[in-house]
Amino acid sequence: MTIFDDELQQLKDKILKMGSFVEDAIRNSIRALVERDSELARKVIENDRIVNTLDVEIDEESIRLIALRQPKAGDLRFITTAMKITTDLERMGDMAVNIAERALELNEEPLLKPYIDIPRMSQIGQGMTKDALDAFVTKNKKLAMDVIMRDDEVDELKHQVLNELLFFMVQDPSTASRAMKISFVAQYLERIADHATNISEMVIYLVEGKIIRHMIPPVGHHEA
Amino acid sequence: MEVQIVPESIELEVKGLNFYYAGDIGALKSISLPIYKNTVTALIGPSGCGKTTLLRCFNRMHDLYPKNRYEGEILFQGENILSNGTDIINLRSRIGMVFQKPTPFPMSIFDNIAYGLKLKGITRRAELSERVERALKHSVLWDEVKDKLSASAYELSGGQQQRLVIARALAVNPEVLLFDEPTSALDPISTAKIEELTDVLKKDVTIVIVTHNMQQAARISDWAGFLMLGELIEFDKTDRIFTAPSEKLTEDYVTGRFG
Repeated sequence: MTIFDDELQQLKDKILKMGSFVEDAIRNSIRALVERDSELARKVIENDRIVNTLDVEIDEESIRLIALRQPKAGDLRFITTAMKITTDLERMGDMAVNIAERALELNEEPLLKPYIDIPRMSQIGQGMTKDALDAFVTKNKKLAMDVIMRDDEVDELKHQVLNELLFFMVQDPSTASRAMKISFVAQYLERIADHATNISEMVIYLVEGKIIRHMIPPVGHHEA
Repeated sequence: MEVQIVPESIELEVKGLNFYYAGDIGALKSISLPIYKNTVTALIGPSGCGKTTLLRCFNRMHDLYPKNRYEGEILFQGENILSNGTDIINLRSRIGMVFQKPTPFPMSIFDNIAYGLKLKGITRRAELSERVERALKHSVLWDEVKDKLSASAYELSGGQQQRLVIARALAVNPEVLLFDEPTSALDPISTAKIEELTDVLKKDVTIVIVTHNMQQAARISDWAGFLMLGELIEFDKTDRIFTAPSEKLTEDYVTGRFG
């Protein structure tokens, strides 16, 4: 194992660390909403600083490795992928913060309806995030493809949630403010799934050296 | 390995080339690759892989030792240069070579370049002057030496000497230039000048370069061939070789995992 291999491993570990913070943030932001736990929502917002710090550290480390090690082939693809992945992870962390902010607002008002599809969207989104990162670490192209396919489920659920909320608003305009906020949450979750899809696309580049994004968007796929 | 070939732009084509040094030591094993016109092709690989041996086949440098033996073909604009009928002196003026260490002749800057021209029968002073000037401008040395053309070539710095040698090769209007680690004895600034120069030169000539400096191969070449133990492992566009090579051996070499 060369020093460079060691540095690449450290970079990988850091990305996984960032990934696990982001997964936690998504899970906790939805818990804060569903369980009406404002304390937890504030913690999610607070913890985003850690994700942001890791984002900067990973970028700095990647730039340093490019300058000093002049990586090529697989190493070059790994480092460029790392830099792009952290941008997606950082945005996912921001989405979790947005969800937590909406949770804080919604927790002040009466419950509009029990949350059913939103936790499902969140669960799929978390699974996609976890698998996208696993695919990155193990260079597993099949798993990455699988994540990309799952994006459609989240899109579908989002439309379902939005239609339902629209129905509430039409029936009783006094629900509009709450319904809007919940629809934002659905939108944030859909974005999170899009970012997990982006990460998976980068994994395919890492493994194959081919850039597949913007090639054949699956039905209903939206760019983040 | 299979290489996609665009036939109309090929300057040199190596076909099933085997090369044996005296004593039947096999140094190249069934090498096939195209060298495209007006491009820079880099040959890379660990020491002893055969890259310099291959480079020297292109202008029959190995003929200096009669027991060396070629098999296969190297087509230069369609003609097999390995055939017995090849006029080697003529071949070497069409396919020039620049070596690792600058090799100026022990004479003036002007005469270094005029030498090859005189051999070709050019003796009129005016024509000689004009062609010396053109060659020196072409190798981007003119501005540095125009006021001391009669000074000894040995007064020049290593980098200037190397550009002088390139000018000498250019003076006889070659079609191909072979560079054998042309900057390994030079400092970074002189190296950068030679690298810039290859980019200018390839408009007029085809360049094949052997280099140990992987960054240099990445910077200046359009195509790259990776050799190991006398075999061509991979030949592809340079950006492909350095971002996503097809062969594991190439990957290991360019990422510094061996060699």
